[in-house]
Amino acid sequence: MAVLTDAPARPGAQAPVRHTGRPDRRRTLLLLNLVSIAAGIGLWWGLARAGLQFPTPAEVAAQAWTMAGDGTLLDDATASLGRVLAGFLLGSAAAVVVGFLMGWYTVARGLFEPWIQFFRTIPPLAMLPLVLVLLGIDETPKIFVIFLAAFLACVISTYQGVVSVERTLIAAAQVLGAKDGTIFARVVVPASTPFILVGMRVGLGSAWATLVAAELLAAQEGLGHRMQSAQLYYDLPTIFVGIISIGVLGLLMDRLLQLAGSRVTRWQEQR
Amino acid sequence: MTTKISVREVSRVFPVGRQDFTALDRVSLDIADNEFVTLVGPSGCGKSTLLNILAGLDHPTAGTALVDGRPVSGPGPERGVIFQQYALFPWLTVRQNVEFGLRTAGVGRRERRETAEHFIRLVGLEQFADALPKTLSGGMKQRCAIARAYAVDPSILLMDEPFGALDALTRVRLQEQLLATWNADRRTVVFVTHDVDEAVYLANRVIVMAARPGRVFEVVDVDLPYPRTEKIRLSPEFAALRNRVWQAVYHQ
Ligand SMILES: Nc1ncnc2c1ncn2[C@@H]1O[C@H](COP(=O)(O)OP(=O)(O)OP(=O)(O)O)[C@@H](O)[C@H]1O
Ligand SMILES: [Mg+2]
Repeated sequence: MAVLTDAPARPGAQAPVRHTGRPDRRRTLLLLNLVSIAAGIGLWWGLARAGLQFPTPAEVAAQAWTMAGDGTLLDDATASLGRVLAGFLLGSAAAVVVGFLMGWYTVARGLFEPWIQFFRTIPPLAMLPLVLVLLGIDETPKIFVIFLAAFLACVISTYQGVVSVERTLIAAAQVLGAKDGTIFARVVVPASTPFILVGMRVGLGSAWATLVAAELLAAQEGLGHRMQSAQLYYDLPTIFVGIISIGVLGLLMDRLLQLAGSRVTRWQEQR
Repeated sequence: MTTKISVREVSRVFPVGRQDFTALDRVSLDIADNEFVTLVGPSGCGKSTLLNILAGLDHPTAGTALVDGRPVSGPGPERGVIFQQYALFPWLTVRQNVEFGLRTAGVGRRERRETAEHFIRLVGLEQFADALPKTLSGGMKQRCAIARAYAVDPSILLMDEPFGALDALTRVRLQEQLLATWNADRRTVVFVTHDVDEAVYLANRVIVMAARPGRVFEVVDVDLPYPRTEKIRLSPEFAALRNRVWQAVYHQ
C-alpha cells in the first residue's frame, strides 16, 4: 500500500502556533504601557498639587496600607468577590444549560426566548428594588441580581454557539455512527466553547458592574459599601482605594478567565 | 456481480421561494459491489445531492436509494463519507479524529488505539498523530479525514470532491494512494469530481450528469486495467475516454 510522507505544512508545525508578534514590538508596547501609567499617575499628582479636591497618590497609597493593615480592605474585597463569584458561576452555569436547550430544542427556544429578550432590555440593577422586597436584605438579593446579569449576558452567546455549529461537523459525526447524545457531547459542546467563553467574559464584566452598584445601594460590607459610607465623610482617599481595588480585581478576573479560555480553545484557527 | 447500491427513480425537489427547484429528476443507477464509480457534471447538476442521499444525510422527495437491498433511512458507519472541506473536528488531534468513529462504536481503548495507529500510518501521518488539524496542510487534513473514514471499516466510501481544494501534485499523490488502497480492499467507492481527468483515471465507470434538472446524462465504461499507471494516464485509450467524457460534460 502506498504510504505518503511529506514535509510539515510549515516549519515547527507540531509546536502549538502562537501569534504573539515580534518580541521587540511587544517590548515597545509594554514600555509604552508603563510610560502611560506613570504619566497618568504623574498627571493625577500634578492635579492634586494644583489644588483640585484630589488626594495625592501617596495619600491614597497610605490609606490603602492602613485599610490593608486593619483588615477592612481584605474583608471588603472578600465580601465583594464572594458575591460576584457566586452570582457569576450560577449565572454562567444556568446560561450554558438554557443556551444549549434553546439551541438544540425548538420547544425550549420558543418557551425561553420571549423572557430572555424581555429581561435583556432591563438593566439587572433595575430589578434590585423588587428583589429586595421579595427576597429580604441579606446576601440573596445581591447574588440574585448578579446572577441575572451574568446569565443574560452569557445565554444568548451560548445559544449562538450551538446554532452556529458547522453542519458538516454534525454530518461527519453522524456518518461515523454518532447518535444525538454523542453528537451533543462530543461535537456541539466543544464547538460552542469559544462562544460560551465570550459570553462568560461579557457576563463577568456585567456581574462585576452590577455587584458594585448593588453594594452601593444595599450592603453592610464590600467595596461598594465602603465607598458609599466614605462618601458621607468626604473621605476621598478611601473612595480612591475602592475604585482602584475594583478596577484591579475586575482586570485580574477578566485576565484569569481569558487565560483559562485560551487554554481550552487552543485548537481554534487564528483569525 | 452483486448490486451494492441501487438508485431507483430518485428525485429531490427543493422548495425555493414559491417555485420548486428540481435538483434531481428521476435518477436511476446501479452500482456493483467493489465498483469504483465517479460522478461528473457541471456545477449544480445534483452530484452532492445524490451523494448526500446515499449517505443518508438528505432524503429523496420521490423514489428510493437502496444499499445492500435496504432503503437508506439515515447516516450509518457502513457508508463512510469524505467531505470536500475535510470536516475534521478541530478540537481533536489527528489520532482522536481517527478514533472518533471507533469510540462511537464502543471499541475498547487499546484496540481503538491500534486501529487508529494502523490507518494513520497508512496515510503517512504518524509524525502528526498528536497534532491539531489547524497545524496541518490541506492535503494532510484530507489524509486524516480518509484515515478517519477507513477506521470504522465502511463497505462503501462516498467522496464529494475530496481532492478539489488541493494543489495538482498533492491531488495526484492522493489519487495514487486511494487507488492503491482500493486495489487492496476493493470496497465500493462513489467519487464526485468536476475534474474529467480524475474521473476517468480513477473509475471503472464514469457517470456524467446534466443540470436543470439534475439527471444522468451518459454512462461511460472505463475498460482500462488496474493498477492505473502514468503510462495509462498518457495512453491514447485514456485520451479517447477523456475526450468522450469531456464532450459529454461540456457539450451536453
Ligand atoms: N438546501 C437546498 N435548498 C435549495 N436548493 C438547493 C439546496 N441544496 C442544493 N440545492 C440546489 O440543487 C442543485 C444541485 O446542488 P448540488 O450541491 O447537488 O450540486 P453539485 O452538482 O454538487 O454542484 P457543485 O459541482 O457546484 O458542487 C443546485 O442548483 C443547488 O442550488
Ligand atoms: Mg457539490
